[in-house]
Amino acid sequence: MAEVFRDDLHDVTLHVNGAAHDVRVPARRLLSDAIRHDCGLTGTHVGCEHGVCGACTVLLDGRPVRSCLMLAVSVADAEITTVEGLGGDDDSLGPVQQAFAECHGLQCGFCTPGFLTTITAGLRENPTPTREEATEMIAGNLCRCTGYQNIVRSVLRAAEIQAGEQS
Amino acid sequence: MKPAPFAYVRPSSLSEALTALGEDPDAKVLAGGQSLLPLLSMRLAQPSRLVDINGLPDLDHVDVTDEGVRVGALARHSAVLASAEVERVQPLVTLALRHVAHATIRNRGTTVGSVVHADPASELPAVLALLGGSVDVEGPRGRRTVAAEELYVGPLETSLSHDEIAVEAFFPALGPRSGVAFEELARRHGDYAMAGVAALVEVDGDDVVSASAGFFSVCERPTVVDLTCAEDPGEAALAELEPSADIHASLDYRRQLVRVLTPRVLAAATEHARRRAHG
Ligand SMILES: Cc1cc2nc3c(=O)[nH]c(=O)nc-3n(C[C@H](O)[C@H](O)[C@H](O)COP(=O)(O)OP(=O)(O)OC[C@H]3O[C@@H](n4cnc5c(N)ncnc54)[C@H](O)[C@@H]3O)c2cc1C
Ligand code: FES
Ligand code: FES
Repeated sequence: MAEVFRDDLHDVTLHVNGAAHDVRVPARRLLSDAIRHDCGLTGTHVGCEHGVCGACTVLLDGRPVRSCLMLAVSVADAEITTVEGLGGDDDSLGPVQQAFAECHGLQCGFCTPGFLTTITAGLRENPTPTREEATEMIAGNLCRCTGYQNIVRSVLRAAEIQAGEQS
Repeated sequence: MKPAPFAYVRPSSLSEALTALGEDPDAKVLAGGQSLLPLLSMRLAQPSRLVDINGLPDLDHVDVTDEGVRVGALARHSAVLASAEVERVQPLVTLALRHVAHATIRNRGTTVGSVVHADPASELPAVLALLGGSVDVEGPRGRRTVAAEELYVGPLETSLSHDEIAVEAFFPALGPRSGVAFEELARRHGDYAMAGVAALVEVDGDDVVSASAGFFSVCERPTVVDLTCAEDPGEAALAELEPSADIHASLDYRRQLVRVLTPRVLAAATEHARRRAHG
C-alpha cells in the first residue's frame, strides 16, 4: 500500500500589494488558493486550475504569472500584485480598470481580474500598442462573455488614459 | 483539482539539491512548474517530494557565442525569446519559442524544463534534436553531456536518471550557408500544435547539400528525418514517421499535415539559406 502522507505545514510571508501576510500552509497550497483563502483577497479568480484560462493571473515582481501554477511556499521572496492592488490609494480605479468600465470590457467579470493584471503589465512594457499588439497582449486569457472586442478596445483606451495622466 | 500532499525543499546549492533528489526515488525537480503543476493538480503525478531548484545560484544565464546558445536551467522562455543575440546566432530557437504557450506562461516556464520534460507535442525538443544540440546534466556521478539524439526515449521520458538535474541546454549556431524555418498548426494561438515541423537546410551556391526536418506533435517523440535527396519531401518524411492519433488530431489528419507542412517549411528554409549564403 502506498505510504500515507500528512501535510507538513510551512510558515511563509507573502508580500501582496505592499502588505506582508504571514500564513501557515501545506507545500501543496497553490498560490491562487493562498491569496484567496489565506490572505482573504478574493479578487483573484480561479477558473481552470491548469494554466489555460488566465483568470488567476497576478503580477510577480511586476510580471504576469498564473497563480494556479505556483506554490505559495515558493514565492516568499517576491512582490505579488493582485487586482486589489491596481487601483489608487483612495479606492479610485486604475487606468486599466477605468478603461474597462468605459468600454464595457466586462460582463460577468469572472475573467476580469486576470485581464486587468495582464494588461497593466503589458502596457508597462508597451505603452502605445497597436490594435494587433493589444490583441496579442490578451491572447493568453479566456473570456466567455464579451467576445473580446470590447477588451481590445479597453486596452487601447487604457493606453490613452495613461498617456493623458503622464502629460 | 488540488495536488496530493508532498514534502517540499528549496535548496540553495546544487549539491544540496542533488542530495535531496538522491534520498527519495519518488522526488521530482520543480523548475517553472508550468508543466508539473497541471500534472500535480490533475493528480497525473504524485511525487512524494518536490526539490525546488529556483533558489539555486548562477543558473539563469543565456550565453551566446559563435558556437551557439547556452541556456541555464533557470532561464525563463521569456528571457531567451527576448534576446536579440539568440535570434542572430540561432534564429530557430526564437522562431520556435514564439509558439510556446503564451507570454504569461513563458514568464515562468524554463527552456531547459521544456527540453527535459520531453512532451512529444513541444516545440523545443524537436528543435534541439534537429540542431544536434545537447543537455548538460549534474548527478551523483558528476557532470555529463547528453546529446539530443540520446535524450528522447519516449513520451515524457528521457534518458536522464531520476537523481540528475539538467543544468544547461546547448543549441548549436546556424552555419553561414544554412537556413531554418518553422511552422505548426494549432487550434488556437498558443495551444500545443496538432503537428509541427522545423527545417534545417544547407546550400552550396544554388545546390542543397543537406536538408532535414524535425517533427513534433506527430510521433511519440521528437523525430528528425533526413530529406536531402527526397523528391517528394512530404511522402519521404511519412515513410520514416509513425504518426499517432489522439483527441486533438486523427491519424489521417496528422499525415495530411505532414504532407502539406514539410515541403512548405523546407522551401522556406532553403530560401533562408540562400539569402544568408549570398550575403
Ligand atoms: C496553458 C499552457 C500552454 C502551454 N503550451 C505549450 C506549448 O505550446 N509548447 C510547449 O512546449 N510548452 C507549452 N507549455 C509548457 C511550458 O512550455 C513549460 O514551461 C515547459 O514545458 C516546462 O518547463 P518548466 O520550467 O515549467 O518545468 P516544470 O513544470 O517545473 O517541470 C516539468 C518536468 O521537467 C522536470 N524538470 C524541469 N526542469 C528540470 C531540470 N533542470 N532538471 C531535471 N528535471 C527537470 C520536472 O521534474 C518535471 O517532471 C504550456 C503550459 C501551459 C500551462
Ligand atoms: S485558474 Fe489559473 S489559468 Fe485558469
Ligand atoms: S466577462 Fe464573463 S468571462 Fe469575461
